Formats: sequence, structure tokens, C-alpha cells
Amino acid sequence: MNKIAKLFVTFISAITLALVSFTSSFAKVEGEYIVLGSAISLTGKYSSNGVHTQNGYNMAVDRINKMGGVEVQGKKYKFEIIYYDDESNPKRAAQLAERLIKQDGVHYMLGPYSSGLTKAIAPVTEKYKIPMVEANGASRSLFTKGYKYLFAVLSPANQYLEVAIDLAVEKNGGKGVKIAQAFEQDAFSQDVRLGILDAAKRTGSEIIIDDKLPKELNDMAATLAKVKAVKPDVLVVSGHTKGALTAIRQISEMKVDVPMLAMTHCDAAKLSKQHGKKSEFALCASQWHKNLSYKDKFFGSGKKYAKDFQKEFGYDPPYQSAESSAALLVFKDAFERANSFDRDAVRDALVDTEMQTFYGNIKFGPGGQNVAKPMILFQVRCKGDDCENRVVAPTKWASDKFYHPIPKWSERS
Amino acid sequence: MDFLIFKAPMLMVQASLDGILLGILFALIAYGMALQWGVMNIINIAQGDLVILGGYIAYTIYLWGIHPAWGVIISPIIMFFVGWALYKLVINKVVDRDLFISILATFGIAIVFQQLMNFIFGADVVVAQSEYGTTMLFDSSVTLPNSKIFSAFISVLYAIALVIYMRKSKLGRAIRATAQNARAAKILGVDTEKVYAATFGINAALCGIAGALISITLTLHPYVGLPYTVRSFMIVIVAGLGNLPAVAVSGMGLGLFEEFADYILGTEFRIGAVFLLLVLILVYRRFKLSKKREYLK
Repeated sequence: MNKIAKLFVTFISAITLALVSFTSSFAKVEGEYIVLGSAISLTGKYSSNGVHTQNGYNMAVDRINKMGGVEVQGKKYKFEIIYYDDESNPKRAAQLAERLIKQDGVHYMLGPYSSGLTKAIAPVTEKYKIPMVEANGASRSLFTKGYKYLFAVLSPANQYLEVAIDLAVEKNGGKGVKIAQAFEQDAFSQDVRLGILDAAKRTGSEIIIDDKLPKELNDMAATLAKVKAVKPDVLVVSGHTKGALTAIRQISEMKVDVPMLAMTHCDAAKLSKQHGKKSEFALCASQWHKNLSYKDKFFGSGKKYAKDFQKEFGYDPPYQSAESSAALLVFKDAFERANSFDRDAVRDALVDTEMQTFYGNIKFGPGGQNVAKPMILFQVRCKGDDCENRVVAPTKWASDKFYHPIPKWSERS
Repeated sequence: MDFLIFKAPMLMVQASLDGILLGILFALIAYGMALQWGVMNIINIAQGDLVILGGYIAYTIYLWGIHPAWGVIISPIIMFFVGWALYKLVINKVVDRDLFISILATFGIAIVFQQLMNFIFGADVVVAQSEYGTTMLFDSSVTLPNSKIFSAFISVLYAIALVIYMRKSKLGRAIRATAQNARAAKILGVDTEKVYAATFGINAALCGIAGALISITLTLHPYVGLPYTVRSFMIVIVAGLGNLPAVAVSGMGLGLFEEFADYILGTEFRIGAVFLLLVLILVYRRFKLSKKREYLK
């Protein structure tokens, strides 16, 4: 009897195990819904960008569902996303990723906001072999770890300001330029810095100031005083929104004259709104701008996307929202090409992605980064007190001419 | 690149003035901390968050179209009551306990304040514009933002006013008496409960002034309070409690030291250099103390 009972238990557990492995090799699909999961910063220091990301995801989910959803093996499915608030905390984000996968049974993930949080989640999704399409982690180190299940629709951080150096060299008649740079000491900004170092080497430019700003610091007076003394051709600053706002405030107050000023995070910092005319002529790296001519059948053009987004959420979409929407278009495309919910089939389909979205072309490199889309640069230009961002590079999409050199403060009204 | 500052002497003037102007502002925050630390024996971890809240008050009136400089009057008034309420709600329960409890309590307050500010004002970095322009010195090779000069001037003004108030007014005398010996003050009829509440209120008001000044000179964000706490803590450690001139000197000294460290050691080491200095000062203090003890033996 005992033996029979043991046999019975073994049999049952074998079946359970088989069932578990059977279901886990297929996506979490409930009825007509494909369930995606995302840990996202709804509170804490990244909450505003976290919300931009979530709005971008939601907008795309609505649009795709309305336009017929995702067709797999002849059946139509709709997207649904389970969100958890990671409180802008990497540890919490990793826990939530684990919870999404293990408890909620999610088999496809969307990325969180910021490189730091993506870095925290990637090892978890990798461990459980869960494909993750992320739209807000640009740090180069994400793409050098050999992750197989991570796909980023955005250009890596080291490409952010390389274009700016090329532009400066071009304006200098092809000769190398003198670069002064100040970067915050965090993963993202340091990656941007590496990109500049590469560009400097490539173009024969010289880096004459290379300051690393402590995270706690919100005063750049010393760096700018040095810049005034050595007169570089280009000043490059990257330190998230705080860095961008501090730089413009102090450059204008200290009357620092540089022919060219290149930065990151201008639109997230609402630079042209908060600093107005003082921010004019600043050159900013951006993943996306609504005036670009990319198109897809879901959102039409960038301009159309911006209009619809404005209608839905009441503000102009920052690039964080646009790239997040693009992540869902990538998932839809991959599911349909895989024509299956098998995780590995979908992962393989993601690897072969080659498509155009309103946000830009998407094709993943060996590290998972998007290699098909260049970064763009816009320049803040003002008419009276009304300032806006105009695309000046690359030339293919430039709506305006790049204004160079920046007039001296004594000549600016 | 390393010793650019020695090649261009004007940089030295620039660095000194930048350091001193910023140091004065930090000294104001540190004075508030020294005051309540001396009187109530509480190390306020939420000091920086009170500063940022004060800054957001100034930023709010700026959004309403009022010049943010009015913040240096409006913000301390509001912050005084915030401080008073905070005392009545939390601090009075920890005031006689050991230091660790008060650190824990104020740390909790700091977290609550950060989240509340994030909730109310959003997580964006914001600045208020004073449009004060710039003062150019030495053929415009040294530039000083007038907003920084303004903030140093206001800080000094308030500090002087506070010193006079502490000397002359009844409440000021009661605060000083309580700081010296709370029990004796109580026996002599001082309402120490009220004194504590007022002290905490005054500290919050000082933070309010500093915050308003920071809104026009630097940037505001709900989570940048901690560096201000650490900085004022350091100034107080160096200066000692209840000694305003020492706090002012130590504030300016640290500001200067930091600017020069930036030029000589590099920007990435400026904060590290300040901490190193702090360690050296503490070691030196201990060394001096132990000598004194030997002498007493």
C-alpha cells in the first residue's frame, strides 16, 4: 500500500512538473490577452519620467488593441500590462521583476525607467530567460554584458553627443577642436563621456578640461571659471536635468562665452521653458523629435503621434514616451513573426527585428542595442521670449540651420 | 591642466569669492542646526529637507508671478510654523531621549518630507529666476552672479538680526538659558517646552530663508536635501555648538577649501577633500582632548 501511495505521489508530481514546464514554455496568455509586465517608477525621484514611460506604453497598448491587436496563429490577441511601482529604487525593481515573473507568471517584460533600474532588472530577466524590450536604459554597460534577452529600442549613451563633436570639427574646417567637458559621476553620464573620448580620438581633437562632477554637487562655478580661462571650442555638459539647469544658470550668470555648447537632458529639464532666452543656442542630444520623417501604420508620423499624445495626456510627448510606445510596436512585430508564444521563438524573432516605427528604424545589434537609429541634435532657438527646440543635425532631418558660433554674452540682448 | 589656478591669478580671486559667497549661505543653515543641537541636543537629519521645502515655497510664489526674492520673507514665516508643528507632533517625544532616537526620528521626517514634496511639487528639477544680472570685476575676468551676492547679503543680515534677538529679547535669553542648563532654567520659571518649540521653529525659519536663496542661486529637487544636511553638520562639527562667529568662519572656510580643492585636486575630489579635512579635524580634536586629560591626571 505504502509503495502504491509513493508511486502515486511520484506520478502526480511528474505530471505537475510536466505541466509547469509545459505552461512556462508558453507565454502568459489569458484568454485573448497577452500579459506583459513592467516595474516602473511611479513614485520617487524618477517619477516624472516614470510616468512619461508609462503613458508611452499605455498609448501604444490602446492603439495596437484598437487596430486589431496582435495576430498569432490566426487568432487575434490584445496587449495588457501589469505595472508595479519600483519607487525609483533598483533593489525594489529587481524584486518586482522577480515577482512579475514568478508570481504573476509574466513571460514578457517591458523595461523600467533609467539605465540604473534597467541594470538592476536585466540579470533577473536573463536568469529566467524572459525577453525584455526596454526603452529607457541607454547605458553602454547594458550592451556589453552579453545579455541575450535584452533589447533596447534606443541608441546607447555613448552615441549621445558624438554627433556634436563631428559638427564642431566640421565647422572648424575638418581640423580637431579643443573640448572642455563636465560630466556627472553616474553610469549614464560617464558613458556619454566615453563617447566624447572616442570622438575626440577619431577627429584628432584635444580635451583640455575633463571634470567629473560629484552627484551631490549643484554648483559648477569652478568648472565654468576654468572654461572661461582656457577658451575651448566646445563645452560639453551632461548631468541629467540638474546638470542641464545648473549649467545654463551659471553659464549665463558668469557670462561664459563658448562658440558651442552641447548638453543632454534639455527637454526633460524643460530648459527652454525654465531658462527662456538664457538657454538659446544650446545644442541638445535627443533620441527622438516629432519633426523626424519616420512613419508607421499605427501612429502615422511623429507629428501625428505628438498630436494624439497631447490629446490623450495633455502635454507634448518627451522622447521618453515616444521610445516607450515604440517598444510595444517591436513586441507586436516579434510575436507576429514568431507566430508563437514560445519564449525562445519570440526572442529569436526579436533578434531579427528590422522595422521602421514613427520613432525611428529599429534593428538590434549583438549586444541588444538599437543600431539603426542615429541620435539627433536640436538647438534651442528663441523668437522674443518664446523658445523652442529645432532639429539641426543630422542634416537629413534638420529643419533649421545650425547656428554657430554662439554670439558673445555682451552681444546678446 | 593641473595647476591652472597658479597660472591665472584671477582664477584665485574668482575661486575665493565663489567659495566665500556659497560658504556664507551654508553657514546660515549650519547656524540653525547648531542652535537646536545646542539647545535640544537633537541632530536634525531633516535639516536639508526643510531647506528644500523653504525653497519650494519661494518657487511657488515665483510661479504666482511674485518675485522669488520675497521668498526670504514669506518662506521663513511659513517655515517657522512648520517647525513649530513638527516639534509638537514628533520632536517633543524624542527631545529627552538619547541622540540615536532623535537621529532616527528626524531621518523618518526627512523621508516623509521628500515624498510629500515629490507628491506636491513633482520630481522635476526646478529653478526660480531672479534676473539680478552679473557683477563684473577686473575687466570682466572675474564674474559674480548678483543673485549669489544677494543671498550672502541676506544671510548675513538675518544672522546679525538673530544674534541681536538672542541677546536682547526675553525668548532669546530663555533659549540661551535652556541651552546652558535646561533643568535649572525650568526651576527658574522658563517654560522649556515653549523654548524648544520656538527653537525648532527658528531653525526651520532659517532653513526657509536659505531655501528661498537656493531657489534663485542653485536648483531645487525633492531629493537633494541630504547634501545640505551633511554640509551643515560638518560646519557645526568644525565650529562647535552655540558659537556664531565660529560657524560663519567655518562655513566660509569650508567653501573656500572646497573651491581650491576643485582647482588643485580636480572636481571629482572636491567633496572627498572636504571629508578628509573633517576627519583630520576630528582626529586633531581628539588628540588635543586626550592631552588635556593627561594634564588633569
